[in-house]
Amino acid sequence: MKNLCIAAGLAAASVSFAGAAQAWQPTKPVEFVVTSGPGGGTDNFARVIQSIITKNKLFDQPIVVVNKGGGSGAEGYVYGRQNKSDPHRVIFGTNNAYLLPYVAKLGYKYSDLTPVAALALDEFIIWVNGSAPYNDAKSYIEAVKAKPGTFKMAGSQSKDTDQTLTAMIQLATGAKWIYVPFQGGGAAAVQLAGAHVDSNTNNPNENVGQWKAGQVKPLCVFSPVRLAKSDPVFEGKGWGDIQTCKEAGLPLETFQMPRTVWLPADVPADAVTFYADIMEKVSKTPEWQEFVSRTAQTGRFMKGKEFADFVAKDDAANAKVFEAEGWVVK
Amino acid sequence: MDNVASLMHGFSVALTTHHILLMMAGVLLGILVGVLPGLGAPNGVSLLLPLTFSMDPVSAIILLTSLYWGALFGGSTTSILFNIPGEPSSVATTFDGHPMAKQGRATEALSFAFLSAGFGAMAGVILITLLSGWVAKFALKFSSPEYFAVYFMTFASFIGLGGASPLKAIVSMGVGFALASIGMDSVSGNVRLTFEFDALLGGVSFLIAVIGLFGIGELIITMEEGLKFEGVQAKVRISDVLRTAAKLPRYWVALLRSSLIGIWMGITPGGPTAASFMSYAMAKRTSRNPAKFGKGEPEGVIAPETADHAAGSSAMLPMLALGIPGSATAAVMMGGLMIWGLNPGPTLFTDRPDFVWGLIASMYLGNVVAVIVVLATVPLFASILRIPFAIIGPIIVAICFIGAFTVASKSFDIWLALAFGVVGYLFKKLDYPIAPLVLAMVIGDKAEDAFRQSMIFSQGSLSIFWSNALVSTLMAIGVVLLLLPLVGMIAQRLRGRTAQSTV
Repeated sequence: MKNLCIAAGLAAASVSFAGAAQAWQPTKPVEFVVTSGPGGGTDNFARVIQSIITKNKLFDQPIVVVNKGGGSGAEGYVYGRQNKSDPHRVIFGTNNAYLLPYVAKLGYKYSDLTPVAALALDEFIIWVNGSAPYNDAKSYIEAVKAKPGTFKMAGSQSKDTDQTLTAMIQLATGAKWIYVPFQGGGAAAVQLAGAHVDSNTNNPNENVGQWKAGQVKPLCVFSPVRLAKSDPVFEGKGWGDIQTCKEAGLPLETFQMPRTVWLPADVPADAVTFYADIMEKVSKTPEWQEFVSRTAQTGRFMKGKEFADFVAKDDAANAKVFEAEGWVVK
Repeated sequence: MDNVASLMHGFSVALTTHHILLMMAGVLLGILVGVLPGLGAPNGVSLLLPLTFSMDPVSAIILLTSLYWGALFGGSTTSILFNIPGEPSSVATTFDGHPMAKQGRATEALSFAFLSAGFGAMAGVILITLLSGWVAKFALKFSSPEYFAVYFMTFASFIGLGGASPLKAIVSMGVGFALASIGMDSVSGNVRLTFEFDALLGGVSFLIAVIGLFGIGELIITMEEGLKFEGVQAKVRISDVLRTAAKLPRYWVALLRSSLIGIWMGITPGGPTAASFMSYAMAKRTSRNPAKFGKGEPEGVIAPETADHAAGSSAMLPMLALGIPGSATAAVMMGGLMIWGLNPGPTLFTDRPDFVWGLIASMYLGNVVAVIVVLATVPLFASILRIPFAIIGPIIVAICFIGAFTVASKSFDIWLALAFGVVGYLFKKLDYPIAPLVLAMVIGDKAEDAFRQSMIFSQGSLSIFWSNALVSTLMAIGVVLLLLPLVGMIAQRLRGRTAQSTV
């Protein structure tokens, strides 16, 4: 067994050595593994990248997109573990890659993945119903504090980003909501538009349709700076006109979700570089810029150490909330 | 009348040679993916999606929706011919469609299925045309309690449907619920019933269950019965298709009732599968001779097919107007909408009227094209039954396993389908009905989510199911549907007793 390991190690070393002379290239069709169901945010993320790579011929091999969204996306990461050292499987996700193993026993560890890059940060906004009496975050939070445990916050899934953010706001402000988990952000948006719940923390893209119709309105965005200016969405207000939560006086500044790309563990270092470079090229295309601004995300390309530092910081911030809420599985 | 004018404009957008050709291509591809169990419409649409990136949105959505119609039709074909539903919504079609095929009436069954499906789809599209504004507002009234009430209605209409004993139906439904709960639970965020087994993490797909229980189970039974496939003598003539078409108007009550059920389930979140089951149940209950159902009664094909397609097409409305996909296929198409630069939502109708009305017009045209194309394929498909079982049997097995694999590209699913095949065989031998199991698998987890969300809303009080006029009405209908067979049974027993005492 030990000999075998050494042999495998040597083989891997010789592969990467050969690779140093000639950069790694995919030699067969590349599989894009999507850790969400069809139509979800991660699905759009991966398919837009697929269309950009295909259109601009960034590499020669065909791309096959497969959805493995079971278990909140764990299915896709487990698939990564099962395909250890195969550089032809590129996995698309969010920060759930490193956060899921905290809250449920899912058959993979963060160490089963190799970080490649992040291309964007998706933003979170507090939304209330269009006819609600609140026009800023402060007055809404005060109203929730006045009647603890009667206001309802809708979100996507359980122990996922929306509930984590809700918990963070609760810990920071002392307000208390009833959190109602729905299948996805789309359902949470419609429940708010129909006034069945009082607020949600949807990503801009998940609520834009309802905002355009005036059925919901944004209060503040959990971003260090305001979102990029945009065409007006409703009544002359655009994305750039939304206050940041810090401006609105909330003791909580940033909550963003990275759109991430991974490879299985033990892949040649050259393959990681190869995909990171491709993703960097993608992030500079006009199509990508257009996608990012249309979905009101913040385009930010990260790879290598910058990405690793981001992950470490985000991981620590989330883990603190998981501990406080008692979600961590032993 | 505004809508009619917009629709006419839509026709001018959709009615080009290029688009008609796209429709025919889409329908044919759709039939192909629909006929292969497991491949199905959602996979077909996602396979085609990359091709549409370079098309303009109207052409792209026309291609994808036509593929969707084709797949729905293809799904019914295999239900009738081989007892293998290509789509979960065509499970109810097997109940009478397959017996008809076995009796050598495959042409009749297929023609009835396609024609009534076309009728249902038309009814759904007409509704979208006339009521788009109102429906979008109405759908906003639905929250978790109302969702649960709709699912409850579906279950209630199906339990005690007769055939097998109600207890056996409940056992079968219970197994279905248990299977549906495998995997991640979205309300608690915990994993259930996976026994730390990776392959179960994503849950058990009902497509695998359907392929095994119906397809493979049926083959085992056929083999036991002496390796013969009845209906071999079926004569296939084009004129039979026309003769069947002439008979269709006789079933106008069933067509109308099923369209209404389908439309209702389409605009509420019930969806096509629930619609087809409920419509079948209602047809059997209101029929003068319910004993004929399950033995090759044409109404048992017409009712689920009409409702399935009426629901399928009217479900497009919530998708466009609210941005909630009514089905897996709709979800893929919504992803497509976003990639083409459109935002589904309440303002899509005002922002991009050319796109929306072009799409609606293409639904009219696409359905007409689809019905004509599939009717032309009836003789071809019906003659498949004339091939000896020794040849067709192994091919079906291969198709079943390929289908099981394609659902999620997992080899584990092939074993699972085989296991379900054995279960299906045992169920049949022991006279347990399979349909309640499938129904529970398809809408069981949604019903559970809706129930538990409602309990979170009300902080644990059941009174939320009577808290407004809408949800109370839905629940009341559900309870009545649940109690009716019981009342009937008691009445029958009383009558039986008086009959005995007079003797």
